[in-house]
Amino acid sequence: MTFFIFGVHMMGISSIMGAINIIATILNLRAPGMTLMKMPLFVWTWLITAYLLIAVMPVLAGVVTMMLMDIHFGTSFFDAAGGGDPLLFQHVFWFFGHPEVYIMILPAFGIVSQIIPTFARKPLFGYASMVYATSSIAFLSFIVWAHHMFTVGLPLQTELFFMYATMLIAIPTGVKVFNWVSTMFRGSMTFETPMLFALAFVVLFTIGGFSGLMLAIAPADFQYHDTYFVVAHFHYVLVPGALFGIIAGVYYWLPKWTGHYYDEKLGKFHFWMSFIGVNVTFFPMHFVGLAGMPRRIPDYALQFADFNAIASVGAFIFGFSQLIFLYLLIKTIRGGEQATDQVWEGAEGLEWTLPSPAPYHTFAEAPEVK
Amino acid sequence: MTGSPKTGFKAGKTTALKLVLAAVAMFGFGFALVPLYDVFCEITGINGKITGPVERVEQWVDTSRTIKVQFITTNNAGMPWEFEALREEIEVHPGAWTQVEFWALNPTQKDMVGQAVPSVSPSEATEYVQKTECFCFSQQTLAAGEGRKMPLIFALDPKLPPHIRTVTMSYTIFDAGAFAEK
Repeated sequence: MTFFIFGVHMMGISSIMGAINIIATILNLRAPGMTLMKMPLFVWTWLITAYLLIAVMPVLAGVVTMMLMDIHFGTSFFDAAGGGDPLLFQHVFWFFGHPEVYIMILPAFGIVSQIIPTFARKPLFGYASMVYATSSIAFLSFIVWAHHMFTVGLPLQTELFFMYATMLIAIPTGVKVFNWVSTMFRGSMTFETPMLFALAFVVLFTIGGFSGLMLAIAPADFQYHDTYFVVAHFHYVLVPGALFGIIAGVYYWLPKWTGHYYDEKLGKFHFWMSFIGVNVTFFPMHFVGLAGMPRRIPDYALQFADFNAIASVGAFIFGFSQLIFLYLLIKTIRGGEQATDQVWEGAEGLEWTLPSPAPYHTFAEAPEVK
Repeated sequence: MTGSPKTGFKAGKTTALKLVLAAVAMFGFGFALVPLYDVFCEITGINGKITGPVERVEQWVDTSRTIKVQFITTNNAGMPWEFEALREEIEVHPGAWTQVEFWALNPTQKDMVGQAVPSVSPSEATEYVQKTECFCFSQQTLAAGEGRKMPLIFALDPKLPPHIRTVTMSYTIFDAGAFAEK
């Protein structure tokens, strides 16, 4: 436990230092003419993510330090026998924990906001509203933590507050989904692998968002709490959400990194196998969860066996299909068709003005942004 | 090039310094949450936590209504004591002082220190529970094999909201060996 705590400390320190680096770079070292409201959305989401990291990582460090002191120095922050409160741990932990889940998803929002305009060949719809929606999500993330604790015996008023505050998050998130869809509306769309992953992101993340809205309803949460429904919800937002966003980003920038186009056929094969695998794995979890299967269970009741078997098949499909990705990455690094500077027909932004792969030293002369 | 890189890096240093301070402040804020949490619970009375002994004052007894008071005892994980309320349920009039007794026995081969932690349900009733004496106010030391009756003297404030008809007082006994008062 003690070493685990020190491990969390190290991880927190590195996250904070990374976040400081990102903020200092973005605020002070932009190209001339690059105003904040001209920045690529990926940079914006990272700026906000970095602020969230600085705000909540120290709180996690604090809560694990309290644990450390409880274990070794005879304090009783969380031990009721010494006058502490076990519930306080959950409050402080989730004060960190909820912003943390947005830390995981916001950069993916940014990646998708770069990819969709490229392959729809239209500028992003509602750029400013995207920035404000991201900031609102970040702000709201600080006042919704107790929706993870609806069943601990909170008073009615508290449950209501956290229920309404949580539902408020659906508004800026809805703005973002609306903007992504509107960007595609009447665009000249093509469906290269990054776009496929980005589209799957929009659809599947929205499914995860809806199950989140169901969980936000405090009275209904008493049925869903700590069941597989919750597992299904957060995997829908984090696997086809954050993970697909990252994979989409890798495909999008891979020709710029390696100087080679990847194998498009293989990429599409990887996408479809992942898409099927993810849904076969996580969709049945909604059903077993609603039927009452608890999460974190070593041995479940017999009636859940069939759906669990389906989920296992999906997990193997999803897992093995990542080997395709690995093979594709190695193949692309070793060779392939030479990528142009522009890489994608509809790509816009400074990185696409550089040669592919980008040379070790770039922009010796800072580019003027108009 | 507009704006020399040096000013950019210098400004970066200031920004970084501010952000480090922000991180340190948030670390402090994490700890500040502990007293803030207690203060918040005390003001709103939502944690079911009861504050220390009160002076016994004879007050008006509301004989027009009868409140059912239930006593629940729980052993925290790993606490080997026998711990129970001698009466599990009692009917009282708001304002009347009542004494009930609890029983604790240390069945182990070693002397132990226990601490009972109280909680009231519904939490709305917490501020109306008055206690002049409770075994939960202090740590209880029991020698190996020793058993003891422990008193609780309480009254319900006659201002108790009329819709509350049942009050449950819960006590969880903890092994307080690590926190023993020397």
